[in-house]
Amino acid sequence: MNWKTFYALLSRDGHVARRNLLPMLAQNLLQPLLLTFVFGRVLTSSGMMQAGYKSVLLPGVMAISMVLAGVQAVAMPLIAEFQFTREIEDRLLAPIDIGWLAVEKIAAGMVQALVAGLVVIPAAWLTMGSGVHLSFHPLAFAVVCLLVALFSSAGGLALGCSVGQTQIGLMFSLVLAPMMMFGCAYYPWSFLHSFPVLQYAVLINPLVYASEGLRGTLTNAPHIDTMVVIAALVVINVLLLVVGLKKFHQKAVS
Amino acid sequence: MGIGIRIENLRKVYDSPPPSAARGGGFSFTAQRSGGSKEKKKKFDVVALDGISLEMGAGEVFGLLGPNGAGKSTTIGVLTTRTRPTSGRAFIGDYDVWQEQVKAKRLIGVVPQRPNLDFALTAREILLFHGAYFGQSARERERRSGDLLERFQLTDRADHMVRSFSGGMMQRISIARAMMHDPEVLFLDEPSAGLDPQTRLMLWEIVRGYNKLGKTIVLTTHYMDEADALCDRLAIIDHGRIISQGTPAELKASIPGGYLLRLRFNRVPEALVEELKKLPGVTEVRTTGDTGADVYADRGGPLIAPIVNAAQALDAELHDVHIAEPSLETLFLHHTGRSLRE
Repeated sequence: MNWKTFYALLSRDGHVARRNLLPMLAQNLLQPLLLTFVFGRVLTSSGMMQAGYKSVLLPGVMAISMVLAGVQAVAMPLIAEFQFTREIEDRLLAPIDIGWLAVEKIAAGMVQALVAGLVVIPAAWLTMGSGVHLSFHPLAFAVVCLLVALFSSAGGLALGCSVGQTQIGLMFSLVLAPMMMFGCAYYPWSFLHSFPVLQYAVLINPLVYASEGLRGTLTNAPHIDTMVVIAALVVINVLLLVVGLKKFHQKAVS
Repeated sequence: MGIGIRIENLRKVYDSPPPSAARGGGFSFTAQRSGGSKEKKKKFDVVALDGISLEMGAGEVFGLLGPNGAGKSTTIGVLTTRTRPTSGRAFIGDYDVWQEQVKAKRLIGVVPQRPNLDFALTAREILLFHGAYFGQSARERERRSGDLLERFQLTDRADHMVRSFSGGMMQRISIARAMMHDPEVLFLDEPSAGLDPQTRLMLWEIVRGYNKLGKTIVLTTHYMDEADALCDRLAIIDHGRIISQGTPAELKASIPGGYLLRLRFNRVPEALVEELKKLPGVTEVRTTGDTGADVYADRGGPLIAPIVNAAQALDAELHDVHIAEPSLETLFLHHTGRSLRE
């Protein structure tokens, strides 16, 4: 393992991210701000929703934010760089095993996902005003955050190496949109009990564990047991890593 | 020192369409769908390399010459770790390219057929990060990138994003990038495609200069003059096989007679072919279609009058003559029956 090269690859991504800082922040912050404002402020203040909904919503918005940030940080550049311009070629020719380039992409994606997730807390606090009841379990929260970040960027790797440039729109409407709607981000999983089939069907959706995990470690809202969440996220991450790395190799070498 | 290259019986069969646009640019295979029997999957099999063996000496400028889709870019792809060989082996120095990729990658610099620059960076950053990937210190990176930008006349655009560059500038920064880590072997895949004559001469000078430092250079081209002007040795490739190899002079000398006269008549009776063969200096006559004949001879112009006479005597009429002097083009034509650019 060649740390110098790995570090240089990371700093390249860091450099590009810094250059795109403003658009990236807008991309990562605007949606959670709008969501928390409309659902957490407008609907709760008007009495359409109970004030307690704020605590249910915050971890969900955070989960969505992290997943979108990771996918956007890893999948979108990969899709572009593997297209006919082959921008990634220079890095594939760097003196390091090409698998490490994928690992580097995941690491960079995780950082972006974590940042995108953590900025939601103060942003949401600003837009929703008082009434969010946090009940913080630091260690479990850190573990869940890391696992969710890994899920989002490993998922980004797998998606980015499977989807072509012409299918980006489809990726959003067929993969990400249903994932967000059935990801228990806007409601706790237990609230699905009146739809028993759906309640068990959504368990294949990784976002469910992300939302429920953050809900369990950040608030008092009802949630799936944190140990179950951690186990599920570990399994999902291993799966996505295996698939993502395999796809990456297939894309990288003809 | 200098690093040589060895290729042993290399085969590459693509089972899915190669990402040609970037690497091969001009892959023009006709896909042969294999298996008449109804297998579960329709198989896409394209034989790009069909058992190539080559030896390129340390410090040599070696040219791979051939038409589009001949297998040149695939050969470069295998030698630069970017294409997995189906069978056979390739060595850069002592390192098996596929088995010891990282060691091989340290020794090589690659200029792709189409610029694959990192569009998120400026010209200078492309060089700086490239140096960083290869573990150069910050000071060394600064110095080398400054020198290269200067040499490639890019200093005034150094801090612009490369996406705004013209084709020629992109090509120059690609070459500068490939030289940034001072590789022992430099690969250039169709380096002068799309370059204006002036930039092309600049490129040739750079290649010669780099070779003088004892570096090995491998380039692919379908321009005869480029191969002639730059290469110490050449291999002519077609349909994934090596047709011929040697120094440009050796290759040209191997054409029977040297001159090629491409003739077109209104008709070519058998007797005319016999008459042509009897003309002084003629070594070989081949008919091409019903109206054409290729005459290989040790002279060109002086043969026209006797050819016209022979044709008239047999009631045939000469419509067109093209005289080709000894060149790699005629060599290619001799071996494959078609022109390099067809």
